Amino acid sequence: MTAVTTDAVTTDTRRAGRWVYGSAVVLLCAWVIVPLYFLLINTLSAPETVNSFPKPFIPEFDLGSLTFFANFAGMLTALKNSILVAGLTMIMSIVIGAPAGYALSRFDFYGKELFRLLILLTRAFPLPLLALPLAVMFIQTGLDDTVFGLALVHTTLAIPFAVLITFALFSGIPLELEEAAWTLGCTRLTAFSKVVLPLILPGITASAIFAFVISWNEVFAAAVLTIENRTLTAFLLQNLDTSPLHLKFAGGFILVVPALIFIFAVRKYLFAMWGIANR
Amino acid sequence: MNARLLPYVLILPVTLFLCLFFLYPFLLVSKQAFSTGAGFTLDNFREVTGYWKFPITMRNTLLLAAAVVPIQLALALLMATMVNKMKKGRDLVLYVWTIPLGISDLAAGIIWLAIFDQSGFLNSMMNGLGLVDKPVNLLTFQNPGIVFLAIMLAEIWRATAIMLVILVAGIGLIPKEYYEAAEVFGASPWKRFLRITLPLLRPSLQTALVLRVILAFEIFAVVAALGGTLFPVLMGETYAYQFDLLNSGAAAALALIILAISIAFTLIILRVLRVPKGATI
Repeated sequence: MTAVTTDAVTTDTRRAGRWVYGSAVVLLCAWVIVPLYFLLINTLSAPETVNSFPKPFIPEFDLGSLTFFANFAGMLTALKNSILVAGLTMIMSIVIGAPAGYALSRFDFYGKELFRLLILLTRAFPLPLLALPLAVMFIQTGLDDTVFGLALVHTTLAIPFAVLITFALFSGIPLELEEAAWTLGCTRLTAFSKVVLPLILPGITASAIFAFVISWNEVFAAAVLTIENRTLTAFLLQNLDTSPLHLKFAGGFILVVPALIFIFAVRKYLFAMWGIANR
Repeated sequence: MNARLLPYVLILPVTLFLCLFFLYPFLLVSKQAFSTGAGFTLDNFREVTGYWKFPITMRNTLLLAAAVVPIQLALALLMATMVNKMKKGRDLVLYVWTIPLGISDLAAGIIWLAIFDQSGFLNSMMNGLGLVDKPVNLLTFQNPGIVFLAIMLAEIWRATAIMLVILVAGIGLIPKEYYEAAEVFGASPWKRFLRITLPLLRPSLQTALVLRVILAFEIFAVVAALGGTLFPVLMGETYAYQFDLLNSGAAAALALIILAISIAFTLIILRVLRVPKGATI
């Protein structure tokens, strides 16, 4: 008799527990999505609606704000600059970073710990601040206010991640595979390009995308190092005080969209990358 | 190629790059901070710390970090444990929760501006509920609490994901056997969390906290978008010294102060959460 009632009680608490758990998940999802939805409403509304009160809670699908954004002087150039800088950052950080990741995963060499320390050290630093002295150095070398100069700084931000992520990826591929290729007549290089590279390529793409996002989102160094050739983030930041609301929201939306796509594209690698790269 | 030389050839590009764009600028910024043209001096630091705004700026930055980071840690731990026992829809929920990871701080500031702005959604909602009949200007100097709250919410919204990802990856590495054993001995879920998850998660907690705390001291664009000059923070002042006041010596000094705080907190976190020698999962 008592056993039955306790059973009933536990199923009841368990059901209540599951209900609380489920609603907490939904609530936390809403916490992430609802602010994004508000931005979407503002972006897809006419400039007049964006500045009016009270706000509608469904978008009216008017492209007025986005057209205004596209026609705003300098905005499209800023967008182009952002893409260029992020693209360059992506290429440089992988080309420079991946070999080091390979070296860390495959070789034991004197000074390995020191090298790892150098990589990890960059993490304890607010790196964008280093844009301040670089501004002077860039003026001396003619790199000031160029897309390439900014890409160099963004590469510094992205490279520690590129090294650690590729290190994790290469470590996931057994050395035996390479050794087997060597015994079958491959050199180190052909074994790498024919055996390791195809296996690693999706992961490399994911970390390249990660580098792209790091650069795309960076504000401080971009604002410090560019004057004429502003990136989208720097442009928006500089015009925060003066630009109308609908311009801010449309700009914010354009900033968010690639991020959404990229996170979706790399979601499979997100945890593998972070989990191992951060130990 | 010689197998003994190969690793050095492979790490050479990164090493050169980091020397040129990380160590060298660090030396430059230190030199800039400690000189005003002639020899070693602390004038820049005196100027920066003597400015009336400095204590406010410092207090704001530290207060914001102190308010935001613990909430984010708790939230990230909660989300990570929730995701851990999820069976259906894990991937979808994780995708949604990690979306803010890709969103820039400037965009996050703009997003929360859409809510807290005078004609924004918070006002619209309050209006719909009949709490106010005309829009209230929330983000003004008369409402420092609301400005602080808006910045806090935007930061929590944006940057919890980075901790979540690290913690989820960390929890995934904890062997399931420990939990099974604890369950056999009758440990409650809360006990299991306290006695197994937390201690074994220490390395991940370390990384998550270090990354997050450093980013918290770097806060800049969120504040610029939401508070503007209403809520001065260290990074924003550095930017102002460099551009509005054209005083790069002072900017460098302030940069070094931010650097020093970051390093001090990194060391504290590493020390407090250190993994005992020889202990591994």
